[in-house]
Amino acid sequence: MNPLARIGRFFLGFLAHTGRLTVFIAHSFVAIIQPPYYVRLIGQQMVRIGYFSLPVVALTSFFTGGVLALQIYYGGNQFNSEAIVASIVALGITRELGPVLGGLMVAGRVSAAIAAEIGTMRVTEQIDALTTLSTEPFKYLVAPRVIAAVLSMPLLALVADIIGIMGGFVVGTQSLGFNPAIYMQLTLDFITPDDITSGLIKAAVFGFIIAIMGCYHGYNSAGGAQGVGRATTNAVVSASILILSANYLMTSLLFSS
Amino acid sequence: MTDMIKLSNVHKSFGPKHVLKGVDLSVEKGNSLVVIGGSGSGKSVMMKSILGLLTPEKGEIEINGLPTVGLKAGKRDLVNRQFGMLFQNGALFDSLAVWQNVSFAAMQGNNMPADEARELAKESLALVGLEENILDLFPVSLSGGMHKRVGLARAIATRPPIIFFDEPTTGLDPIMTDVINHLIRDCVNELGATTMTITHDMSSVRTIGDKAALLYQGQIIWTGEIDALEQSDDPFLVQFINGLADGPIEIAGA
Ligand SMILES: Nc1ncnc2c1ncn2[C@@H]1O[C@H](COP(=O)(O)OP(=O)(O)O)[C@@H](O)[C@H]1O
Ligand SMILES: [Mg+2]
Repeated sequence: MNPLARIGRFFLGFLAHTGRLTVFIAHSFVAIIQPPYYVRLIGQQMVRIGYFSLPVVALTSFFTGGVLALQIYYGGNQFNSEAIVASIVALGITRELGPVLGGLMVAGRVSAAIAAEIGTMRVTEQIDALTTLSTEPFKYLVAPRVIAAVLSMPLLALVADIIGIMGGFVVGTQSLGFNPAIYMQLTLDFITPDDITSGLIKAAVFGFIIAIMGCYHGYNSAGGAQGVGRATTNAVVSASILILSANYLMTSLLFSS
Repeated sequence: MTDMIKLSNVHKSFGPKHVLKGVDLSVEKGNSLVVIGGSGSGKSVMMKSILGLLTPEKGEIEINGLPTVGLKAGKRDLVNRQFGMLFQNGALFDSLAVWQNVSFAAMQGNNMPADEARELAKESLALVGLEENILDLFPVSLSGGMHKRVGLARAIATRPPIIFFDEPTTGLDPIMTDVINHLIRDCVNELGATTMTITHDMSSVRTIGDKAALLYQGQIIWTGEIDALEQSDDPFLVQFINGLADGPIEIAGA
């Protein structure tokens, strides 16, 4: 094929995809705002998305905090290292690594699960059945998942902050020989409320990305079990890429002033 | 007699694939129409267009005299409330128990409280010959025949005036096929509903149908009474009814 035609086709495909996604997101917003609200479903989804993600998020952030402490210590000037390790671990975890790594882990778990579930409902005509039973699929399926993810992710990020700092603390005090009381005091001195809130805002945005990508790919899946498998992979990949790029964008917005 | 369902010149494509090419069809009030036609001929697409799950590019679909193509969501919902639908593979909600499946429309659409909804589910299940001991089971643990029957109970739970059945007996053994055919006929008689049934199965055609229509290459090429169907010497019908490989029907992929 003519390479120009190929580029053109790719570009048109990209535009069509972006257009469909925009319409999907707009439709989701309408579904979130307008009644009926399925409060019980939101609760159920918060348990699935938030509560069941606690172990992965906790483990990830614990080891990340620990490894961060080690690298800063080995790589940096050993003079005054206690203050440097404590401050960089605190800032790194609360501003970036807690929300981002938490987001990526939850993307792997939750985007995939949502895409598989909604995709299966699509190819087995359960979504069509919802419509014929007077229930709007966006309100019943999409809205509760998006709301639950947006509410759960900041809570998970808060947990990730605390446990990540604990990871740095454990490594710092157990293997680098820092004084526990001083390390804690330094951490508290360095952290500002803004560091934490900026991380939580990011986490809420990541929650939105995670749920929307799962729903979008699941909702548009076609072609039986294979199609659902493809939707699952696409949901995780696109959620992860969007999380990383949105993170860059938000960092440049939130910290530029 | 008034037409409960009326399709005029309905066209539906998916990309370059032109599936419905001007379908004209009507079902009178209280009548049972069976639609026959080869796999992939667009029978389900036609039914989903009537249900508003797909939007035709051209043509009109009237329900009880009301044009429905392009209807706004709120009005569409009022039309949908007159419909019951049994999907090809049941389409029961995996995450809900049998009783929640059966009374789903009543609970979600009409805010029926749970204890009433359970009673309603019990009554609807009784209509399709199922005992209340399956109320709390989940769809995964049902056999194929039970799955279809629960789907049937869900389709008739709100006592809709118009009911659709998409291949209600496909995948069932001959005995269960006969059971389902008779259940459908009896339920429909009891409710006095207007129905449209898609099937490949001549025993379903005879048991359920008052009239039949043959969909071929995107158009309805024959309609008439069931007796006329069996006595017809139309070469398309003869080939289809007798399941012959030889005849005028072009077989996809052959
Ligand atoms: N949502 C869709 N997207 C693309 N093609 C579709 C879709 N639904 C149905 N088709 C195509 O339309 C044709 C008719 O399908 P269908 O109505 O399901 O056949 P059947 O008569 O066996 O019920 C098939 O070729 C099918 O591939
Ligand atoms: Mg079909």
